[in-house]
Amino acid sequence: MSEPVSISASAPAAAQASAPAPVSALNGASFEGMVKIREAGACGMITLRGNFASEAFVSAVKSASGLDLPGIRQVVRADGMTLGWMSPDELMLMLPYAEVPGVLARLNAALAGEHALAVDVSDARAVFVLTGTRAREVLAKLSPADLAPGHFAEGELRRTRLAQVPAAFWMTGEAEVTLFCFRSVAGYVMGLLTTAAAPGGEVGAW
Amino acid sequence: MLILECPYCGVKAEESELAAGGEAHLKRFGAGSTDEDFEGYLFARKNPKGVHFERWRHAYGCGKWFLAARCTATLEVFGTYPAQTAEPPADLVAKIKQKRPEWEGYK
Ligand SMILES: [Zn+2]
Repeated sequence: MSEPVSISASAPAAAQASAPAPVSALNGASFEGMVKIREAGACGMITLRGNFASEAFVSAVKSASGLDLPGIRQVVRADGMTLGWMSPDELMLMLPYAEVPGVLARLNAALAGEHALAVDVSDARAVFVLTGTRAREVLAKLSPADLAPGHFAEGELRRTRLAQVPAAFWMTGEAEVTLFCFRSVAGYVMGLLTTAAAPGGEVGAW
Repeated sequence: MLILECPYCGVKAEESELAAGGEAHLKRFGAGSTDEDFEGYLFARKNPKGVHFERWRHAYGCGKWFLAARCTATLEVFGTYPAQTAEPPADLVAKIKQKRPEWEGYK
């Protein structure tokens, strides 16, 4: 690349009295190019596995998150909670980091006796937010998913590949995409996104 | 480019989002089987020029294994279906027979 890419990191959040402040993968690193890219810091994530046909599972998820199960490949949101369909027996619940222990305890109590699993994976993932009208264009450079307007819209969660690593993303607004990947590849994904969003790299097909 | 529709999540997945798993509908021979059966299970494959049933995994997507019927010569995809079955669905077999009258059939 002709121009050096500068990635800035913001200061970590102030430590709480009870627990040390969570340290996210890239400490809130951000980049501004074709779109604005920001590592979202510490985000709460609970992975849920169970039988979607089981009433006990559905009502446990509903009582803990306030949300109904999303349809295939869908993502639903309300009151700071986001629930995404990951596979026929897997959901991802995204919520504020500090609320994870409480919600997890409620889930596990409600799921007692069910063949199901609820696990805190907050520190095993990294979350990015892409802001700008070319956000889908940046992702389309990295993924084989069909992201053309009309083929990918708000409400759909797409698990796919970004270059060589798995990732999942969904639109959180007309010009905003939220994305997560494994924490161990957060630096690699930030490198991908900053390269794909480098100024002058506009494709302009859409 | 090969595109297979994942029967679980409905994504029309491009090949690089998938992992190939070889021939489908193999009968497993394990402990207690004859040497010939075990060898056949491990090594003998149909490898046809034409209609082939295969295992694929939606590796970068929902993570599930599914099965696909396609032509190894033209890459035409006849269909995909969930892996929880011992043999191809009857409607898919009928569809392939209609398209390839010379096909000797599954088995
Ligand atoms: Zn799938």
